[in-house]
Amino acid sequence: MMINQMNQAQLLHWIDMVSFAVVDITEYLDTHPQDEKAINYFNHYIDLRRSALQAYAQKYGPLTIDSANPDNYWNWSDVPLPWEGGNC
Amino acid sequence: MWNYERRLQYPINITRPNAKIAKIIMSQYGGPDGEMGASMRYLSQRYSMPYRKVSGLLTDIGTEELAHLEMVATIVRQLTKGLSAEELEAQGFAPYYVDHTAGIWPQAAGGIPFNACEFQSKGDAITDLFEDMAAEQKARTTYDNILRLVKDPEVCDPIRFLRAREVVHFQRFGEGLRMVQDELDSKNFYMCNPEFDAGCSNTEK
Repeated sequence: MMINQMNQAQLLHWIDMVSFAVVDITEYLDTHPQDEKAINYFNHYIDLRRSALQAYAQKYGPLTIDSANPDNYWNWSDVPLPWEGGNC
Repeated sequence: MWNYERRLQYPINITRPNAKIAKIIMSQYGGPDGEMGASMRYLSQRYSMPYRKVSGLLTDIGTEELAHLEMVATIVRQLTKGLSAEELEAQGFAPYYVDHTAGIWPQAAGGIPFNACEFQSKGDAITDLFEDMAAEQKARTTYDNILRLVKDPEVCDPIRFLRAREVVHFQRFGEGLRMVQDELDSKNFYMCNPEFDAGCSNTEK
């Protein structure tokens, strides 16, 4: 499924998955910096993460300050906090 | 979830090591009003803070405090890097050196280890925000004291930045406190704890 077809819960789940891939491969690359396959894997998932964060921010508000892009209203502080529960 | 930025919030380049100063500044790493207590205070209090905007403020300031913790550690590191055991001893650093060599460990200038009793998370919005405002002032006083003791401009410059952030955070927490009080019965804020009792707020979230 393309990210623009996902609902909020699906998109957040997608962000969780690609972001975990980034975290995991970052730690691997720290100890295997010349592994080309791992570098390609990183580049693939960091791009997926970036575009998913942008898509999420446009529809539901920013999850990261780097994807925040407010025009006339600061919505960063309105996005539910992750421990609130009940929001995906 | 957090991500790390491989940079300091404000640049630090100390070219003259001085373990005597390091021992004093270390207090803002793990001392009673240091950045470890500050970050853990706000990042612990935020979970039960019932108003999302104030909870977000605690998150964002708590996150900045982690960057300050890193700055203080950087200052201590640059002030002790490359000194011999003899130099460290001559500069009054032997009691720290024997346990930690030139590693970074959270303690007060007087050697008292960091412990969680240096901050509170009381589960009461007004109580916690008053604690936060007091904490910012206590840290500001500590930075003022450091600036009276330290003359090296390469050290004073980042310390002045950290001091200024304490003043800004005091202002922000004061605004956060007002946001909480705006939600409560203005005749008696203390009838009801919005973090525990139901029905305290004008606009329940």
